[in-house]
Amino acid sequence: MANLAESAARATPPSVARRVRGLSDRAIAWIFVAPTIFLLLAVNIFPLIWTIRLSFTNFRANRNREVEWVGLRNYERILTDSDIWLTMQATAHFLIWTIVFQVLIGFTLAWLINKNFRGNDFLTTMIVLPMMLSPAVVGNFWTFLYQPQIGLFNYIVSFFTGVDPSSFEMIGSVNLAPWAIVIVDTWMWTPFVMLICLAGLRSIPEYIYEAAEIDRASKWRQFWTITIPMVLPFLMLAVLFRGIENFKMFDLVVLLTGGGPGSTTELTSINLKREAFEKWRTGYASAYAIILFVTVFGLASIYVKALNKVKER
Amino acid sequence: MSAYSVTEPTPRAKWAAGILVALYALITMIPLLWIIATGFKSPADAISYPPKVVFDPTLEGYVNLFTTRTRQTDEFLAANPPETWYEEIVRQYDMVIVGPSRYGERFMNSIIIGFGSTFLSVFLGTLAAYAFSRFKIPLKDDLLFFVLSTRMMPPIAVAIPIFLMFRSLGLSDTHAGMILLYTAVNLSLAVWLLKGFMDEIPREYEEAALIDGYTRFQAFYKVVLPQATTGIVATAIFCLIFAWNEYAFAVLLTSGNAQTAPPFIPTIIGVGGQDWPAVAAGATLFLLPVLVFTVLLRKHLLRGITFGAVRK
Repeated sequence: MANLAESAARATPPSVARRVRGLSDRAIAWIFVAPTIFLLLAVNIFPLIWTIRLSFTNFRANRNREVEWVGLRNYERILTDSDIWLTMQATAHFLIWTIVFQVLIGFTLAWLINKNFRGNDFLTTMIVLPMMLSPAVVGNFWTFLYQPQIGLFNYIVSFFTGVDPSSFEMIGSVNLAPWAIVIVDTWMWTPFVMLICLAGLRSIPEYIYEAAEIDRASKWRQFWTITIPMVLPFLMLAVLFRGIENFKMFDLVVLLTGGGPGSTTELTSINLKREAFEKWRTGYASAYAIILFVTVFGLASIYVKALNKVKER
Repeated sequence: MSAYSVTEPTPRAKWAAGILVALYALITMIPLLWIIATGFKSPADAISYPPKVVFDPTLEGYVNLFTTRTRQTDEFLAANPPETWYEEIVRQYDMVIVGPSRYGERFMNSIIIGFGSTFLSVFLGTLAAYAFSRFKIPLKDDLLFFVLSTRMMPPIAVAIPIFLMFRSLGLSDTHAGMILLYTAVNLSLAVWLLKGFMDEIPREYEEAALIDGYTRFQAFYKVVLPQATTGIVATAIFCLIFAWNEYAFAVLLTSGNAQTAPPFIPTIIGVGGQDWPAVAAGATLFLLPVLVFTVLLRKHLLRGITFGAVRK
């Protein structure tokens, strides 16, 4: 060991060694943490404070006019705007259905993979591929799959149901567009829920099932009284992640539908982008952003409390 | 497993499960395979009905992706016979190549910004993660939560003040600006993941080194860093994939100079709408590195996507 220390001392340039030898653990801790905190303050917190400030003004980033303080007027307008409530409804539809499908399919897949058949590792890797890809590039390509007449999606649907492939437009129709984005998001993100559920299933110790077997509990009962409760904290964590991500959803949907037709798939982020970077109502959009942030933060905190309660049980 | 196990499924159950999962895997792969296939189709094959599974592969999509072309008169075409295979492909449509497209530039931008921000966030993240893992820091939990909470803002909301800030600092549409921004976004992931990896390295190694006369700093980079290599590489790949895939900031904050590939690919236009073979070719080249990385990363995937919350 002494040898090791000697060679280490030789390998260290003396200037560096001298400079750091005197440093206490405390100093090193601060030197190591400071750049990260500084960068996050500069690129995250400073802009957040700026946004709060702007939200009380009528500032427009594309004009050079006198900025006035308008107090809470932006907030008042947003909360009473019926278009924004429509946007919230579209977001809620997207959020709820993507979570429902992803949890159902993701859990089922994890449960099947946990049977440990041969080749399950290989298939798992194949299944997770979509979630790592660029949502923008993939979303754009899905518009091709969704083309009426020539699109592969329409062709496959018509192949199995006999419906004329040019008779429906997944993206162009008011009724189908909200489902078109749910389908693509489910395709992309089901593996995320699956992976987390799989980790949950694999964490259940075998002796619990053995004890249940001795008590002659049926497989069905074991599933509902052991498997589900033990996986639940994992499942809830997966839902938390998907919930936050899909509340922020922008790239995939903006390239699939652009928020249309009309504003049927105009999720909050897309709506916010229009206000901020197309209409250039910077002050108004800032207030909007703050409201969204408070909403996510509030909902997430309540949810995490519930999650911790489930974990304690 | 030799001993009797109550959780071991019957062979028949295994078969059934295997077939169902294989079926799902097949369905989920169809869009990806279709992207790759469309890249090798001619425009006519790409939009034929019924969709063509068997077709004559051509490199037209790739040629169109990397070039800009213009239509020429018959006299010009007759006077200048094509010299290369790619010029020949373009000649079928009475066109000539007039120069490279911007795809190469955009791809390079993705590489520069991706690697630049990955290097910075992993470098800063490693230092911070070590400090968070080993030292008593006042308000540690609050700081760690603060690091994470920066991820809860919708990117568009963050983009409003960043846009104004970059405009006044002259960072709009520059590589430096995007590297800085992606570094900040990735730092939260890097700190959380790396802290998890560092927590797993036993403190005894460093303590032994300290007793042997190492300074704290030496112990960090001669003992802890080599042990953390796997974790650092995995974290770097996650940061790289995020920066590589990012769209919202890129589309709002860059245009001519520092634009990355994701906002560019959907704008590839041919005659009468999107040139799907070229789009698919661009997408294939862009997605391929991520597919390779995902396969390499599969053991750490779960950890990466949950910020280290689930470790398996």
